[in-house]
Amino acid sequence: MAELLYQRNVYGETLVELGRDNSDIVVLDADLSSSTRTQMFAKAYPERFFNFGVAEQNMMAAAAGLASCGKIVFVSTFAVFATGRAWDQIRASIVYSGFNVKIVATHSGITVGPDGATHQALEDIAIMRVLPNMTVVVPCDGPQTRDAVKASFKHPGPFYVRLGRAKVSTVEGKGKFILGKADIVCEGEDITIIACGQMVQIAQEAIKSKELSKISCQLINMHTIKPIDKEAIIKAARKTKAIVVAEEHSVQGGLAAAVDEVVSENCPTRVLRIGIRDKFGQSGDPQELLKEYNLTDRDVISVVKKAFSGAK
Amino acid sequence: MLYINNQIKELEQKALKIRREIVKMISCAGSGHPGGSLSATDLIVALFFTKLRFDPKRPDWPDRDRFHMSKGHCCPLWYAVLAEVGYFSSDKLSTLRQLGSCLQGHPDRRTAGVEVASGSLGQGLSVSLGMSLASRIDKKDYYVYCLLGDGEIQEGNVWEAAMACAHYKCDNICAILDYNGFQIDGSIQDVMGLEPVVDKWRAFGWHTIEIDGHNMKEIVEAYDLAKTIKNKPTIIIARTIKGKGVSFMENTADFHGKAPTKEETEIALKELE
Repeated sequence: MAELLYQRNVYGETLVELGRDNSDIVVLDADLSSSTRTQMFAKAYPERFFNFGVAEQNMMAAAAGLASCGKIVFVSTFAVFATGRAWDQIRASIVYSGFNVKIVATHSGITVGPDGATHQALEDIAIMRVLPNMTVVVPCDGPQTRDAVKASFKHPGPFYVRLGRAKVSTVEGKGKFILGKADIVCEGEDITIIACGQMVQIAQEAIKSKELSKISCQLINMHTIKPIDKEAIIKAARKTKAIVVAEEHSVQGGLAAAVDEVVSENCPTRVLRIGIRDKFGQSGDPQELLKEYNLTDRDVISVVKKAFSGAK
Repeated sequence: MLYINNQIKELEQKALKIRREIVKMISCAGSGHPGGSLSATDLIVALFFTKLRFDPKRPDWPDRDRFHMSKGHCCPLWYAVLAEVGYFSSDKLSTLRQLGSCLQGHPDRRTAGVEVASGSLGQGLSVSLGMSLASRIDKKDYYVYCLLGDGEIQEGNVWEAAMACAHYKCDNICAILDYNGFQIDGSIQDVMGLEPVVDKWRAFGWHTIEIDGHNMKEIVEAYDLAKTIKNKPTIIIARTIKGKGVSFMENTADFHGKAPTKEETEIALKELE
């Protein structure tokens, strides 16, 4: 049984670790520090933690002010508020100036669960990815969260890290995390599955299933959505018959769009998308919601089969 | 601090010069925002020439006071002052709003002396709050000044920032409200009234100072007073005249965001002699 970890716990621990040796790290939160786990940093370094209350726009623009004074600012809240509520502050005050602000958002995707549609960020990758010079990373599990957060610290400039709410199993067989470099979890000849976040685990389950035993699938963990690893996508497009993209996000504007942009410009290939299809989410248990929105291993199996058979 | 009449006169002369530059720049660019640039001129001239701690040769000097123009559309004023104090050559002023210029239509970091981009209204007080919190961590004694427009404070973000500046007792923040009474669509009162504006800031935990924003003596004394206020941020609420100094631009929304014609420019420059 694979290890189950909360990405946000790993985030909190990594922040404390980074904060120990780097006095320029400042952490901001908007009344969700107990959920995002920035509370761990707040306890360890209270003089470098600021709670902004329920005021995300103020928090983001203040992060720009702190960064202008040389601080490396980690800003956290739920993904829907971090990106949507404060998008213009991120755009105009942080990203346009190229500031060293790391937005690490938790509670992304449909598996936020019972809180329902207002709290389920299904558009955040799209609206962060579109900003010039923004880096966007979606770690697939606990250990990779640590790598992603550390990479964000080392990388100068604005950075978005997307984390989930629920525990996720640790992906077996994944490679070393290198920012901007696709991670080939397993090689295959027929179909390429490009996934991010916990869809990597779900795709892995699908590949292991009996139904796909006759289709040779390769699985790419595309943890860095921007800058996307064009080379890996082009190589996959040339090598396999079709690409299946799986993400816990709208099929518009996110990972699938990033893949589409690369293949359509370089080597037109069929791309089938698994994700939320132009809908809002709703309340429910995370597993039920994955089923309701066609994001399970069963759905991956049927889409891979469709891709392999060439069916419309 | 007592200001002798000569100092005040010098500041007034400086302000006239800056106003002429503003009119010339916007006229040359063919677009821009003269009304609010002219209304805030005295406030910003007094700040840069008497109060602000800075060194144009070291724009990154960690101990410098911070100035942020939250109402970014009034950057012709900021650029003219930055050139006057030596951040860059005044030759550059004629390139305002041109392709490739270091003087963009709204301020950004390509201009020496600009710390953070602005122009999307309502964010600057938050930016200033961030600068103030940084001074707390670094145990530095610099001051943070932030120029706000009156129309701008209709943005909700401003009040989030106002609440937080008071919560964190940021007594090194001095906001300056350029209360000229007009915004693009007309008078503030007609578009979205702000009154009672002084009470609002007080209710948010700020120390308020009300002044005539064109009286140099009152302006410099207000900056002095602001520095003595402890445990709370200060806002100088300056009653100003939109388009101050150019008769046909005064007290109207017409020149909020419109360049003067060639003929109007000549008249304006004559009036500002």
